[in-house]
Amino acid sequence: MSSTEKPAIGRDKVVEIISSVIRKVEEAGDTSREAIYKELKDLRSLIEETRRDISSARMGDIGGKHIPTATDELDAVVLATEVATESIMDACDSLSAQAGKLSADDNQAVMNDVTKILEACSFQDITGQRITKVVRSLKTIDEKVSRLLEILEDKIPGLPSTEEQDNRSADAKLMNGPQLPDKAVSQADIDKLLADLF
Amino acid sequence: MTVDKNMNILIVDDYKTMLRIINNLLRQLGFVNIDEATDGTMALDLFNKKKYGLVISDWNMEPMSGLDLLKNVRALNDNQSVPFIMVTAESKTENVVAAKQAGVNNYIIKPFNADTLKTKITAVLGEF
Repeated sequence: MSSTEKPAIGRDKVVEIISSVIRKVEEAGDTSREAIYKELKDLRSLIEETRRDISSARMGDIGGKHIPTATDELDAVVLATEVATESIMDACDSLSAQAGKLSADDNQAVMNDVTKILEACSFQDITGQRITKVVRSLKTIDEKVSRLLEILEDKIPGLPSTEEQDNRSADAKLMNGPQLPDKAVSQADIDKLLADLF
Repeated sequence: MTVDKNMNILIVDDYKTMLRIINNLLRQLGFVNIDEATDGTMALDLFNKKKYGLVISDWNMEPMSGLDLLKNVRALNDNQSVPFIMVTAESKTENVVAAKQAGVNNYIIKPFNADTLKTKITAVLGEF
């Protein structure tokens, strides 16, 4: 554990403090009120710290932001590969039509290659099925985290929410990968923007 | 046994890409009368309109799976013996056993190539 890392607060620690308080109350004869007060204050600090830790974990963001983003990105992958595969197969159809004008040997050679391309295009179906499985898993995680959050909020009402800080550098904040289709800016928009700027 | 390349063939898959790939490969094998269905309900509707000589179906479809489609086809009086090939990424033993029990004639694992498709069709229909 590094020097800056806080020790984990376990259930055992809370039990230990409560047991200590109980012992001191039971032995009230030789325990000052100040000592009991200090133990209770420590316990309150511990609970507050736990609440802050739970809050900073921002579990609500998992279902509210991260998982929807991940599933949207995966849907975009499926759509993009489907569009690309359709284009490849259109080109195959065109090649097949052109191959009919060649000699029998050349026609066969081209058609053999066209067949190999078509066979390879089945990747889109397989990747689509795999991505669907990943999306289902993400949704299961989302449900379980949401349930956990409900339980925690029930046990520890009034959990404070904290704003997530984006600690990336200015350059890193500009690197967000491809935009989703419904949020993407078109080339025409970019051209217009550049023309307006210069 | 002579294979009639003019027979009606039905391919069923919820991925348009796969329908197109199988359709292309079948045409390259010389088959010309190919219908496509994107789900089991559409496939059963087509069965009510036409007599098919071969069905090639995906398994992983919703709401009606390829296995349910197979069971429904086998329950139709006129189609109890139509050759049915399952084309699927489901490669577990229990899947193959369930398909066999439901009356599948052959089983192709995705991804597959043209040679595999031809071999399986030959196994079901005979040399062509």
